Amino acid sequence: MSDLRELYQEVIMDHNRSPRNYGSLEDANRTAEGFNPLCGDQLQVYLYVNNDAIIEEVRFEGKGCAISTASASIMTETLRGRSAEDAERYFQAFCALATGDGETFDQNLDLGKLEVLNGVREYPARVKCATLAWHTLRAALRGDKTPVKTE
Amino acid sequence: MGVPTSVSSSAAPGLDLDAIRNDFPVLHQQVHGHPLVYLDNGASAQKPEAVIQMIADYYCKDHANVHRGVHTLSQRATDRYEGVRGKVRDFIHAESTNEIVYVRGTTEAINLVASSYGQAFVGPEDEVLVTEMEHHSNIVPWQLLCERTNATLKVVPFDDRGELILDRYRDILNERTRIVAITQVSNALGTINPVRDMIAMAHDAGAVVLVDGAQAVPHMSVDVTALDCDFYAFSGHKLYGPTGIGVLYGRESLLDAMPPWQGGGEMIMQVRFDGTEYNELPYKFEAGTPDIAGVVGLGAAIDYVAGLGLDLIDEHEQQLLAYATARAAEQSGMRVIGTASDKAAILSFELDGIHPHDVGTVLDHEGIAVRTGHHCAMPVMEHFGVPATVRASFGLYNTHAEIDRLFGAIDKAQELFGQ
Repeated sequence: MSDLRELYQEVIMDHNRSPRNYGSLEDANRTAEGFNPLCGDQLQVYLYVNNDAIIEEVRFEGKGCAISTASASIMTETLRGRSAEDAERYFQAFCALATGDGETFDQNLDLGKLEVLNGVREYPARVKCATLAWHTLRAALRGDKTPVKTE
Repeated sequence: MGVPTSVSSSAAPGLDLDAIRNDFPVLHQQVHGHPLVYLDNGASAQKPEAVIQMIADYYCKDHANVHRGVHTLSQRATDRYEGVRGKVRDFIHAESTNEIVYVRGTTEAINLVASSYGQAFVGPEDEVLVTEMEHHSNIVPWQLLCERTNATLKVVPFDDRGELILDRYRDILNERTRIVAITQVSNALGTINPVRDMIAMAHDAGAVVLVDGAQAVPHMSVDVTALDCDFYAFSGHKLYGPTGIGVLYGRESLLDAMPPWQGGGEMIMQVRFDGTEYNELPYKFEAGTPDIAGVVGLGAAIDYVAGLGLDLIDEHEQQLLAYATARAAEQSGMRVIGTASDKAAILSFELDGIHPHDVGTVLDHEGIAVRTGHHCAMPVMEHFGVPATVRASFGLYNTHAEIDRLFGAIDKAQELFGQ
């Protein structure tokens, strides 16, 4: 059980039990849908991006495992008030963290709470659970109409 | 080789589980520091030494292309390849080896029928009937056929226990029904469907019936003649045989009337640019060099299973299912999905407040392999309002002690998630 706690850290369990920024956003101006065909999980990301390209509001909705729910929840906390450009940097850094790909890691970025998800790198089958919300966010920022798939 | 797993002795009389488990090299290993408990047999079963050795033996001694040359190795390969066709015929009680077509697996068998029979005998206004509990491989080929021919796909629903509603089936069947495609055993729920009666009803309506036997052949004796089905499909790898090989049984008169599916070598008698004459059955449907080693391995798997006796295997697995079902009833926060009165050894479930993927990860940590997800049966998940389930599917080598391990690991998952 001890190394399972590395994956399922208390912060993850907390965000799974009470996801932050959960639910739809009525005045969203960017949305996207993400889908993991492997497990059937689906999630929507809603954004309100203002004229200065700042993410004023970000919410998510959907059903998923503890990893994907916590990842989406922490993502919304991390990105609110940040620029779309920052979001892209966080996207790159988070994917590097989750896959354990240190080469592309941006050392100048403080990942903060996102670090709790670094346990997934030991679980290749679960990396996509952690990155689904981020891929969906990116699709929303880019205005992609087709749902994001992890497969 | 790792540490052998100690096993419970509460097997059916006649099935020596210690000896059986010794036949399966892969079972004797540690996963995350625990002896492997393999409960994902519904996805793919493990292979006995007899199958592994048979394939090695074939490649070491007899490999050449089949039906091609006059040389000795080609003849030996052909003899082995065709010898297995007779075994398959006997195994499913078909009348003739002309009715046994080798394919890649159940999926390819269904696609073959949907394409060849469907293209020739299904037209606009016609109906194709499937059930709500089909695997995607017994849905999508028929959707593709309906798109091509403008036929209509009809769906027979099941009830909350996972039993097909036969009154609805009777209502949906009509003189426009051309093909009924049903699974004998549901991969997601374990339900054993009353296919024999359903086939008789379909025949009364003038339809032909394809039975998806992928989940049935490992668990029970199958008699296509007694069932009176028109087509029967199954895969080798769920029957303790190799991946990449499967069987389509087809009633000879129907296979005769069907156009070829894929063109190429082997399936022809004479090729001329002004017209090609096709080979006789079953070769008409076996274009190209087949998976000869796969066929040889399938033969060994059939020998292995038949040698143990499907009646004894069925009895043992039913004991495992009954034990697991009883334990599930006592486990708080656990809901079994699929509670039909007649079930094969499949236990699909969910745990309150824990996503199936998380359960799968915790179980894997305890050395237990289960399937988590939608099991390629998304309409079944939709029916029960869940995105996914955890599925423990038992095989002939599983033990009561392994089910205890499963429930011990479920306790740990519930403890970790505070449920």
